[in-house]
Amino acid sequence: MSELQLKDLYDGFRDPDVIKALAKTITDETKNLKETLNIMEVCGGHTHTIMKYGLKQLLPHNIDFIHGPGCPVCIMPKERIDHAIALAQMEDTILLTLGDMIRVPGSKSSLAVERANGCDIRALYSPLDAIKIALENPDKKVVFFAIGFETTTPMTAALLEQVEKQGITNLYFHINHVLVPPAVDAIMADGQAKINAFIGPAHVSVISGAKIYQPLPEKYGAPVVVSGFEPIDVLQSILMIVRQKNEERCEMEIQYSRSVTLEGNIKAQEMIAKFMEPRKHFRWRGIGDIPDSALELREEYAAYDAEKIFADILPTEPIDDHKLCICGTILKGLAKPNNCQVFGTACTPNNPMGSCMVSAEGACNAYYRYGEI
Amino acid sequence: MCLSIPSKVVKIDDNNMATVDTMGIKRHVSLDLIADEINIGDYILIHVGFAMNKIDEEEALQSLELYREMLEAMEEEERRQVIESDDQCDNRTQV
Repeated sequence: MSELQLKDLYDGFRDPDVIKALAKTITDETKNLKETLNIMEVCGGHTHTIMKYGLKQLLPHNIDFIHGPGCPVCIMPKERIDHAIALAQMEDTILLTLGDMIRVPGSKSSLAVERANGCDIRALYSPLDAIKIALENPDKKVVFFAIGFETTTPMTAALLEQVEKQGITNLYFHINHVLVPPAVDAIMADGQAKINAFIGPAHVSVISGAKIYQPLPEKYGAPVVVSGFEPIDVLQSILMIVRQKNEERCEMEIQYSRSVTLEGNIKAQEMIAKFMEPRKHFRWRGIGDIPDSALELREEYAAYDAEKIFADILPTEPIDDHKLCICGTILKGLAKPNNCQVFGTACTPNNPMGSCMVSAEGACNAYYRYGEI
Repeated sequence: MCLSIPSKVVKIDDNNMATVDTMGIKRHVSLDLIADEINIGDYILIHVGFAMNKIDEEEALQSLELYREMLEAMEEEERRQVIESDDQCDNRTQV
């Protein structure tokens, strides 16, 4: 076998001719569909691929996309961001987090504003960088505001393992790790979103295994295809859904077989289970409380748990979004970003009102950057 | 947070870390979440500084081959389509 070159992989999955050919095949095969395919792409990464490569415009009208709740920044309720701000404002504290979390508005402020006001708030490339920062600042409290779905959770667990192993005592964790299946269940149980197929996020399954999506087809009569993030991955997944519909099948299938297995990464799952357990309640921005939809540290790791140690300074009041912002309705699959009256006007990536505009993975951000305005 | 660019292991470092090449950019990643043995030349999927798993080279090559076959089979039809209709979406496929 010839050696696989990175460039071949990368170029292959974005080849315009292949994209066109796949879109044509899908168009041909949807001609006999009895109903419009309302496909929820659960993950914000897929939303971006669909928008960036104009996949919707390449596909027939009887395929529509419903943007899902799978963006960890978008679903963070304001009170959790207020927690991060309160922690960052403590004396002699360094607050660490990932990605776009810094720019998301809380109830009165954002981490970016607090950083400008003098708080030591840093975005990490990798959770492991937290160790270096904790070791370099022994006289400071270092708090890791941990976010992300199943994909990112094991990285926090691996960090905890290092902290334990190295006997680090000044690094604390504020855990906001959330789970895909309970969120999808909540949206479907609500009954308002008209979804009859799912594109499942592959990276979640790389860790958790495709088995977490297995109940969905039977429960909701909607096929699930676990898909990679390149445009050709997404188109191939849509073709697999169309074929299931045409053959009157309703199953969980894996498109991203180059990386996803049914069982997932067992070592990562064990590491998560060692440190974390399901949290009884977690409030999702716009969706509301979803039982067992997030994780928290186990009682035996309470010494690392910022939520317990600093409980007296953390606000407990739930806070809803600005009434003009429809992030919640979008996250529930009931509206598109351009249905929002402040989209692109009062709410832009430079001056976002809602989390779906802030995050690079948010549906509003994708619409703003790639069209549909 | 969902990058999916495959990275090639170019060096195994101390403390269960590895140096990988991602589209020509060198990065230092942790192998703490990987149960399998990782060797130089393996392809891995990276997420926030950690290798998540090994990518099956053969699977990746097979997928690419499938796309190529599909394209070859459709080339004539595709060409005809381009000539007959001025597809308004064409300009969007120049990725």
